[in-house]
Amino acid sequence: MTAQYIVNGLTMGLIYALIAVGYSLVFGILKMINMAHGAVYAFGAHMILMFVTWNLGAVPAVILSVLLTGGLLVIYDRTILATLRKKKAPGIAALITTIGFSYIIQNGLMIAFGTEIKAFPALLGEKMIQVGNVKFAFSQVYILVVSIVLLVGLSLLIHKSKIGLAMRAVEQNSRAADLMGINAKGVISVTFFLSGMSAVIAALLLASYYQTVYPTMGVMIGLKGFSASVLGGIGILYGSAVGGIILGIAESLTVQFLSGAYRDAVAFILLFLILIVRPNGLFGKAKVSKV
Amino acid sequence: MDKRDKIIWLVLLAALIVLPAVGLSRYLQRVISLIFIYSMLGLSLNIVTGYMGQISLGHAAFYAIGAYTSGLLSEHFGLNFLLTCVCGIIMAGIIGWLFSIPTTKLSGTYLAIITMGFGEIVKVVIVNWESLTHGTYGLQRIAKPEFFGFQLNTTNNGLYYLCLIFLVIFVLLCIAIERSKLGRSLRAIKDDPLAASLMGVEINHYKRMAFTISTAMAGCCGALYAHLSGYVDANSFNSDVSTLILSIVIFGGMGSIKGMLLGAAVLVSFPEVLRFVAVYRFVVYGLILIVMMVFRTDGILGGPSKRPYVFPRFVKLEKGEVTKNGTAGGK
Repeated sequence: MTAQYIVNGLTMGLIYALIAVGYSLVFGILKMINMAHGAVYAFGAHMILMFVTWNLGAVPAVILSVLLTGGLLVIYDRTILATLRKKKAPGIAALITTIGFSYIIQNGLMIAFGTEIKAFPALLGEKMIQVGNVKFAFSQVYILVVSIVLLVGLSLLIHKSKIGLAMRAVEQNSRAADLMGINAKGVISVTFFLSGMSAVIAALLLASYYQTVYPTMGVMIGLKGFSASVLGGIGILYGSAVGGIILGIAESLTVQFLSGAYRDAVAFILLFLILIVRPNGLFGKAKVSKV
Repeated sequence: MDKRDKIIWLVLLAALIVLPAVGLSRYLQRVISLIFIYSMLGLSLNIVTGYMGQISLGHAAFYAIGAYTSGLLSEHFGLNFLLTCVCGIIMAGIIGWLFSIPTTKLSGTYLAIITMGFGEIVKVVIVNWESLTHGTYGLQRIAKPEFFGFQLNTTNNGLYYLCLIFLVIFVLLCIAIERSKLGRSLRAIKDDPLAASLMGVEINHYKRMAFTISTAMAGCCGALYAHLSGYVDANSFNSDVSTLILSIVIFGGMGSIKGMLLGAAVLVSFPEVLRFVAVYRFVVYGLILIVMMVFRTDGILGGPSKRPYVFPRFVKLEKGEVTKNGTAGGK
């Protein structure tokens, strides 16, 4: 039975990891928590649902949703966050605008799609597979494969490609990067787009596993994804991934050995304990402050 | 505080005292009382966020602790409101203090997430500790405050005045904190923690103190809210409440006492005023937050103080260091 719970925990953990990476990407480059990330996740899920009901087919629906969600984040950055950066506003102002942004998205979804829980087509198949005494859904295999490919792909992109190099340069010193001929604005846009993309993929995977979507679906998972990224050390990609997986498995084991009632508290208790021991997360490095 | 400020405060207070005489509907009374409570919550978070510069996204947790402590004591023992309120304050303060011990070394994002996590933990505990909190049923029919057999309710405007009295106490308390050594230390920590510690400010001590005072104040608001509304459950204290409190602080202007009152008045009344746009009101609310932050980043009444710094009376300056009006020069 334990193996079963670990498999379930792992699938959930990979979803958290994808969400956490979304937070981490934006935080890494702008040192800002995007509180709207959960709402963006819900937005992506609803867009997929909309395009699927228009009979566009599954793959184009997902691609369109990625483009739309990523585009939404890029527009938000270019219009609002860029203005704040130009004014050298304190970070807390940007944080509040992301809260406002999440209100707009979430309530916009409620107006456009209704508040009720809607059925989501099983885009990834409904078959169950049994290996030994572990039973899992076919969509869980998809979750495993797709999220690992995406996580590895993202980390290769950041550490091996030219755009990744530019991202890391902007992260360290955006002014110096700008002077070296890096288009910092463009790099930030790409980062937001990637963050939106990872949210949409996570939404696709989980929505077709549970086969439901609703406007507030991103709230709890957003909070947990955020915890996962802080757990691993926010701004560090592999840290976020590891944080997500730890969280998913811990949650699943709690449900088995303790009680399902406290499932939602596990993430935060774990975070609490880890931050007390390691104030910068598992893989975070302590910042040295200079006078 | 200069003369103009004093006049503004007194006029505002007088207006608020006379207001119920015009005859407020029960609905309006409730909304205004809520504005008072949220002003107080803003004032309490202002100590941590405005003076000390740390973000807490879990203030609703301490608000909830105060509400439940007070509500349960009055339900089981029928104690007087003042007594249960004090217990709520103490309870929230103690838990806030315990919470602050391991978390003083955290700051910024890490503190934000851990306070938010604490908010969620408290909510989960409230829902699941059914033998104490009645789980999802919440606390029902919490007694209205009573003094010497005289019950305060909406018909005799008692609850309105009770909230107003508490608000006045909170404002005075915050002014006192602002002028005290604690207030000065907190501002020093906000501007530059390292420099503050080099000047002999015990950072951890003051951080804990500020957090404890702030959470105790939130507990008081909780007690007030529980007896005002007569019903609380876990959802009265969800993360939206924490977000609203933080928004009030930022929107009103960090560190400004007047700003908290204004911020609460605007942000609490907006969803009510916007009822005519029905479903769109929270979209509009989000837009307001964004537009506000883009155009007035420091909040309505925030921004660096332009008033000259007045030295405490016991500080004596050498001759020549004092400017004409008895205040020190510089910023």
